[in-house]
Amino acid sequence: MVDTTMVQGATDNPFVLEARGVIKIFGQSRALDGVNFGLRRGEVHALLGENGAGKSTLIKILTGAYQPDGGEVLLDGEPVHFADPLNAQAHGIGTVYQEVNLLPNRSVAENLFLGRQPTRFGFVRKSLIEKNARELLSRYGLDIDVQAELGTYSVAVQQIVAIARAVELSGKVLVLDEPTASLDKYEVEKLFEVVTQLKQRGMAIVFITHFLDQVFAISDRVTILRNGRLIGTEPLAGLTRTDVVRMMLGKDITFAPAVTGIEERAAGPALVEFKDCGKAGKIHPFSLKVRRGEVVGVAGLLGSGRTEMARLMFGADQCDRGEIRIGDKPVSLGSPAQAIAHGFGFCPEDRKIEGILGDLSVRENIVIALQGKLGWFKALNRDEQMEIAGKFAEDLDIRAASLDMPVKLLSGGNQQKVILARWLATDPNFLILDEPTRGIDVGAHAEIVRTINRLREEGLALLVISSELDEIVAYSSRIVVMRDREMVAELTGDNINPSVIVQAIAAQHETVAAEGASV
Amino acid sequence: MNRSLRPLAATAVIFALAYAASIFQFPGMFSTRVLGNFLTDNAFLGITAVGMTFVIISGGIDLSVGAIIGFTGVLIAVLIGWAGIHPLAAFAIALVVAGAFGAAMGAAIHYLEVPPFIVTLAGMFLARGAASVITQDSIPVTHEFYGKVTSTYWLMPGGGRLSLIGALMILVFIVGALVAHRTRFGSNVYALGGNAVSAALMGVPVARTTILIYTLSATLSGLAGIVFSLYTSAGYPLAAVGVELDAIGAVVIGGTLLTGGYGFVAGTFIGVMLQGLVQTYIIFDGTLSSWWTKIVIGGLLFVFIVLQRLVFSASSSRSKGFWKLKHE
Repeated sequence: MVDTTMVQGATDNPFVLEARGVIKIFGQSRALDGVNFGLRRGEVHALLGENGAGKSTLIKILTGAYQPDGGEVLLDGEPVHFADPLNAQAHGIGTVYQEVNLLPNRSVAENLFLGRQPTRFGFVRKSLIEKNARELLSRYGLDIDVQAELGTYSVAVQQIVAIARAVELSGKVLVLDEPTASLDKYEVEKLFEVVTQLKQRGMAIVFITHFLDQVFAISDRVTILRNGRLIGTEPLAGLTRTDVVRMMLGKDITFAPAVTGIEERAAGPALVEFKDCGKAGKIHPFSLKVRRGEVVGVAGLLGSGRTEMARLMFGADQCDRGEIRIGDKPVSLGSPAQAIAHGFGFCPEDRKIEGILGDLSVRENIVIALQGKLGWFKALNRDEQMEIAGKFAEDLDIRAASLDMPVKLLSGGNQQKVILARWLATDPNFLILDEPTRGIDVGAHAEIVRTINRLREEGLALLVISSELDEIVAYSSRIVVMRDREMVAELTGDNINPSVIVQAIAAQHETVAAEGASV
Repeated sequence: MNRSLRPLAATAVIFALAYAASIFQFPGMFSTRVLGNFLTDNAFLGITAVGMTFVIISGGIDLSVGAIIGFTGVLIAVLIGWAGIHPLAAFAIALVVAGAFGAAMGAAIHYLEVPPFIVTLAGMFLARGAASVITQDSIPVTHEFYGKVTSTYWLMPGGGRLSLIGALMILVFIVGALVAHRTRFGSNVYALGGNAVSAALMGVPVARTTILIYTLSATLSGLAGIVFSLYTSAGYPLAAVGVELDAIGAVVIGGTLLTGGYGFVAGTFIGVMLQGLVQTYIIFDGTLSSWWTKIVIGGLLFVFIVLQRLVFSASSSRSKGFWKLKHE
């Protein structure tokens, strides 16, 4: 079965699965714009890109969940059409998702054989299934009670069961969609042993993750997407981490720094100070002071702990260690309501789910945080609401036909401004913005960047998380860099430029220190 | 112990304790005569509850079962009394009509993506309304076949009588348990209740299974209608009002999770017997209002739902011993 020439020469194998010029259109935007992707037998092929880059769209097309609007998919060189994931599976393409798509309420054995249980006289042959299940799992180094419910095992075991099922049913291509996101280090190693074994058996494996270490640990080649376009497919052997990050974020090292006269305002007391704050399993302890009149930018890849940090700061999650001080007083942030009472505001990353209240009007969305802060006994009447909403709509140039229209009918940029207005109405002194400009049009983008600058000049303290390096260097007084749920660098002065950020994201700890960035 | 067995074990223990306590107070309750009546009186409820068990394990609900019992009872009485058809032929027609009605509800649930609650609520109104349109009154059935069937019984040791309909209920429970735990269809029902999206991705024929589940439930309700017709020797459009809720109660008390995915047909049997036990106790006592049955069942239901919540949340938090990264 194991053919050494094949393994060594995996790069010369013909494509098992190939996408040629694939296009996918959602509404008016192109989620994929003429993307090529080729997968060979016996290789682990990493697929990388930030949120919205088109990774999951491409995977959904390759596994039959979506139909392409243009281009074609080829299997063993022949054009194919997958009606649905089940059909793709029948053609040899199995997928394992981060959220294991098996049945936690059924036994391990049944999960492996559901849909193809052997029967005798109409009755399922349970003991035969269990015997086969034990044999199958032993090949993956898993010796567990196959009669027990799948849900009683750890996610790592469930992943391996899912892989075993997928390989058994499909056997040509295995797509691993962020399989390691909820695994610990030891479990990742076990998983990689399984993946390596499958690779040697000639499986073609697509590996999607946002952990760069893991990409380098196991992948042979990498394909990088950005904004729905193919940036490149390269053998990993010739790439450094910096190269990969640069391709993902689209930054050249020669990029002109856009620091436009933001003098460092390191002087002055901290408005809020996080001292050694952390939460086990979410984010390593970090220390950060934010002062009035400064913008602290937070850079890092997806999953680097940016959002986790923001949630701790706003009381949406609680620190299990460390101390938070406002002025000189230690405070505890047990809930967002307490944070709001201290003058904090938070525009979350996922506008639609965590931000707007889609069916409520623009006016109601703007006044809701203020009303929450005032309490129910000081209800704002309609005229007051209109006045407040009108003022902020004008300040931020919110373009809505009427302040009484449902906010879900507005464009993404205007929705973002509504959320910004919501917090500005509470007269905050510390504002946390998580990806404030993602997915909004250029005009609104500029408006939000202008607003951030204006708020800084007005003396607010801001913390802005963004993957847009151009943008973040343009308004930040300081930038902290997150990697693997850890704050790895704090950049000031001349170090606030995209190339230093890219290096800090990609580098190991030692090299960051060598760059002269203070950790 | 398998965590899904725990609510079932709890039900069995509670039943044993309650029965022991009843016998302690009324030694007469410990006899096969009482047991025989137990089975006969609850046969229609038990048969209905087997179908309901499948529906609830699949994550659905069927509110139409009581109305289908009422409708088939009237249909049978009309076919026998007015049309002069032999009862066995009338039974066959009733089962086919009920089954087709269930299949239509299952199809509406799957293809129109309407929640089962709404579809079967509509089904309940339709069946109850149709029965009332046929007649407003109770139609007696005076066929000699009825006399024969109701006088057929097996003598149990101790002088108790196992009636034909009591035996039929036990048979339905045995077949139901085999189908649930030993066939592909049974696996598919559990799969749908566990996670319908995963089930579809794993190759479970979702449409066919959904339609079959509601067909099964309605057919068993039709069978319960036949049993009820034999039991009362009449067809009445307002018969078995609220039986859907008794059936749901028996299923949940029997350890089936109302959110689907977990449950046992055998547990439902104990759930039905527990309801029967309370009724028998009230009869023996003689001074209690029969509405105490509902109060006791209500209390038990509450206890069981809390119990299930505790069992399942405790074990799910333990199985995920490590934290889960927020999906960014």
